[in-house]
Amino acid sequence: MDRGLDEHGPAVTLRERAARWLPFTVPALFLAVFFVLPAGTIVLTGLRPEGRLDLGTLPRVLSDPGTLRVAWFTLWQAAASTALTLVLGLPGAYALTRLRFRGRAALRAAVMVPFVLPTVVVGSAFLALLGPRSPVNAASVALLGEAAPTLDLRRTVTAILLAHVFFNYAVVVRSVGGLWEHLDPRLEDAARTLGASRWRVFREVSWPLLRPAVASSAAIVFLFTFTSFGVVLILGGPGRATIEVEIYRATVQLLNLPLASVLALLQLAAVTAALVAYGRLQRRVTRQPLRSAGSTARPPRTVGERLFLAVNLAVIVLLVLAPLLVLVERSLAVDGGYGFAHYRALFSDQRSTVLAVAPLEAIRNSVVFGLAAALVALVVGGCAATAASRPGRAGRVLDRALMLPLGTSAATVGFGFLLALARPPLDLRGSLLLVPAAQALIATPFVVRTLLPVLRSIDQRLRDAAATLGATPRRVWREVDLPIVGRAVLAAVGFSFAIAVGEFGATVFLARGQTPTMPVAIFRLLGRPGVANFGQAMAMSTILMFVTASAVAVLDRLRVGQVGRF
Amino acid sequence: MRTRARTLAGATALAMLAAACQQQDPAAIDDPEPTEDETGADDMSPPPDTIEQTTLVLMTHDSFDVDEEVLAAFTDESGIGVDLAPAGDAGATVNQAILTRDAPLGDVLFGVDNTFLSRALEADLFVAYESPELEQVDEQFVLDDEHRVTPVTRGDVCLNYDRAWFEENDVPLPDDLADLTDEAYAGRLAVMNPATSSPGLAFLLATVERFGEDGYLDFWEALVDNDVLVTDGWSEAYYDEFSATGEGDRPLVVSYASSPPAEVYYADPPPDEAPTGVIEASCFRQVEFAGILQGTEHEAEARLLIDFLIGPEFQEQLPLTMFVFPVRTDASLPEVFETHAVLPDDPLELAPETIGEGRDAWIEAWTSTVLR
Repeated sequence: MDRGLDEHGPAVTLRERAARWLPFTVPALFLAVFFVLPAGTIVLTGLRPEGRLDLGTLPRVLSDPGTLRVAWFTLWQAAASTALTLVLGLPGAYALTRLRFRGRAALRAAVMVPFVLPTVVVGSAFLALLGPRSPVNAASVALLGEAAPTLDLRRTVTAILLAHVFFNYAVVVRSVGGLWEHLDPRLEDAARTLGASRWRVFREVSWPLLRPAVASSAAIVFLFTFTSFGVVLILGGPGRATIEVEIYRATVQLLNLPLASVLALLQLAAVTAALVAYGRLQRRVTRQPLRSAGSTARPPRTVGERLFLAVNLAVIVLLVLAPLLVLVERSLAVDGGYGFAHYRALFSDQRSTVLAVAPLEAIRNSVVFGLAAALVALVVGGCAATAASRPGRAGRVLDRALMLPLGTSAATVGFGFLLALARPPLDLRGSLLLVPAAQALIATPFVVRTLLPVLRSIDQRLRDAAATLGATPRRVWREVDLPIVGRAVLAAVGFSFAIAVGEFGATVFLARGQTPTMPVAIFRLLGRPGVANFGQAMAMSTILMFVTASAVAVLDRLRVGQVGRF
Repeated sequence: MRTRARTLAGATALAMLAAACQQQDPAAIDDPEPTEDETGADDMSPPPDTIEQTTLVLMTHDSFDVDEEVLAAFTDESGIGVDLAPAGDAGATVNQAILTRDAPLGDVLFGVDNTFLSRALEADLFVAYESPELEQVDEQFVLDDEHRVTPVTRGDVCLNYDRAWFEENDVPLPDDLADLTDEAYAGRLAVMNPATSSPGLAFLLATVERFGEDGYLDFWEALVDNDVLVTDGWSEAYYDEFSATGEGDRPLVVSYASSPPAEVYYADPPPDEAPTGVIEASCFRQVEFAGILQGTEHEAEARLLIDFLIGPEFQEQLPLTMFVFPVRTDASLPEVFETHAVLPDDPLELAPETIGEGRDAWIEAWTSTVLR
């Protein structure tokens, strides 16, 4: 069906053919140069230690019980983290997009903040919240007296799972919520009128429509947690390791590239299997008319709805806001009291060293790199989403392939960049282009995931009608697709900006010393002893939070054309 | 009513997407990332190499820093600009340099220390150069006779202790590593994983030197029984677990000999006495080196940069920028170091070759003993 979409005229010129293939070639080239080439180079280097292919390491590593234990832990903690994030995030997505309440816009921006925070900062906040001196324990002592049990979740799997929810809650809320807020509520209302229970309405009306978006966000969360690094090391304790941690050790510490390559192949195999499984879930897509976001939300009406909202707000406060507040509190703590001394110190240029972190400059670098990466991701991801929304296999394969970088070790990609992009014609050593390129690699799948469900749900008849009336493909896109995907594009920009700003693993390899981003600046401050350095790192983290939240809030408020009026 | 400005801003963003995906002129968009040029790359791109000035790239670890004026004076005097390329921690920096040996990322590398020196030398990373400034450098730090690397800093890794805690609880300070297995120190010590942390590795090497290859694992087993805490990196141990500097409850932590003066220097107002102290018997010597990378096109300029790194101006600013000690005998220390720093004369030490032969196996054995 719908083949006619591409055959809009009898005379297909070269230009038109090029235009039709462009949505494939741009993302494919990007992926080839910035992912396949670097990752392939480093894996092949590892498999050819003496210049000849030597697969002897393969069976040795794969039969080692230590490797199997690490692989099993990686898999189950990722599955458990994904399940927990979905269980908490799906109701959250509904609450934040379909119910109207005061502070909703601010909360929607706030849940994006975790993305940008360096793991080491978040880890520190979680240790404070999960340790014996946490407010939870203080409260239980106040209630039950000294005999109260002390809750200490430091260095447990529970701590890892909670931190994974913290980091990924926004993935579910924003990508599922992004679709949910466009679903026509009249469908649900009709089902309710016919006597269906709320649960049944969800199961039989909303769920089939949301399923592609749920599967998308589940896949992203799974890939993110599958390659979890800092969270596992800091909160799980050094005894726990994921494949990602082992690849990092083998590459960065031991310089054992054969081992790193085999582990990278193992990781790739698991990630590919996950993506194939996800592809099956995606196969059946239900098209439905979308409504504008503003028209679907309404205030909670019944007691049950208010309770539902309250529970979701409590989850957000406890799991997402509390760790952020710990950081804000620490940034203000000065010598037994509170004040702005750390902020003043950050802004008064007292350290005249080359790498002294001038906050305004770090903010500027972060914003410039973030915007550059977001635009690259928007172009690459927008093209890929366009390609994948068309009938045919190539687009779908491209779509899955673009998700591979999410499930690939940052050490593999980072070191791969250094090895593969160091010779003419691609000598990018020291080039600032590498930073947004690496960041866009991670951000692109989010753009695709955000745009694709919306693009797919556009009624093909609208396009056909426009074409029948004489519109060129370009005009059809501008007049039909663009107004509908407008909101989603802005959401995608916000998403990729946040991801780019928070990206650390590759940035730290690639950024030149004179252009530190905020996460790099925080990392530098935390690497030094001294109360002032710690306080200023916390102040810098707080600034980073506000910059991100503001950027996302502004994007959320932008409107594109007359969205939804069609 | 939506405002015009909002509509405009949103539409601009969309236009870029539209332009890239739908434009009819493929030549304009063949580039996989057509946006960089328009996104303010202008003001971020490195200064172009001018004819009269060479710019050297100095590969370093993340902790490298230098006084702005001192570096500017070097550039003015020599005409050599210095571009810094931090590449992760010390181990990561050396490994990057080894992996990219055929197409080096820089001209000079600073930051290889004695724990990774043998790996760098085996990979034949450096061009030999004997700087005339070496005359002023304490020769005990010159660990390579062929001068492929030049010592630049000295900073010992030592146990730090929380003065207030030891006074309040009336517990004696440990004066030997072996004391740490006493019950008095049960649950009091935080260390780092030697596989992921450079001070963590130095502390493991200290125990290898102190107890020998036959005895260090027994010591670590006893430490585990005594509830030692292992963190992944230095900042978690120092800020989250150490009782003197954060909310932690452990009064003993692996850190640096220079940490107590840093605690004074970065406090407002500075206290008369540092809140932390150093257990001298636990100190392990760490020397950091610089070397000229094979394949540089600017060897003559790179030599001048090495001279500068061990010259008096650079050496004297080391304590307050990187919190390490100079290797130059005639370099004077800032007052806060004179008053609050303790630098043992005879710290624990292992030859770089010995470390090179044993390091990976010791880390592996340590991991099996302590973490699994």
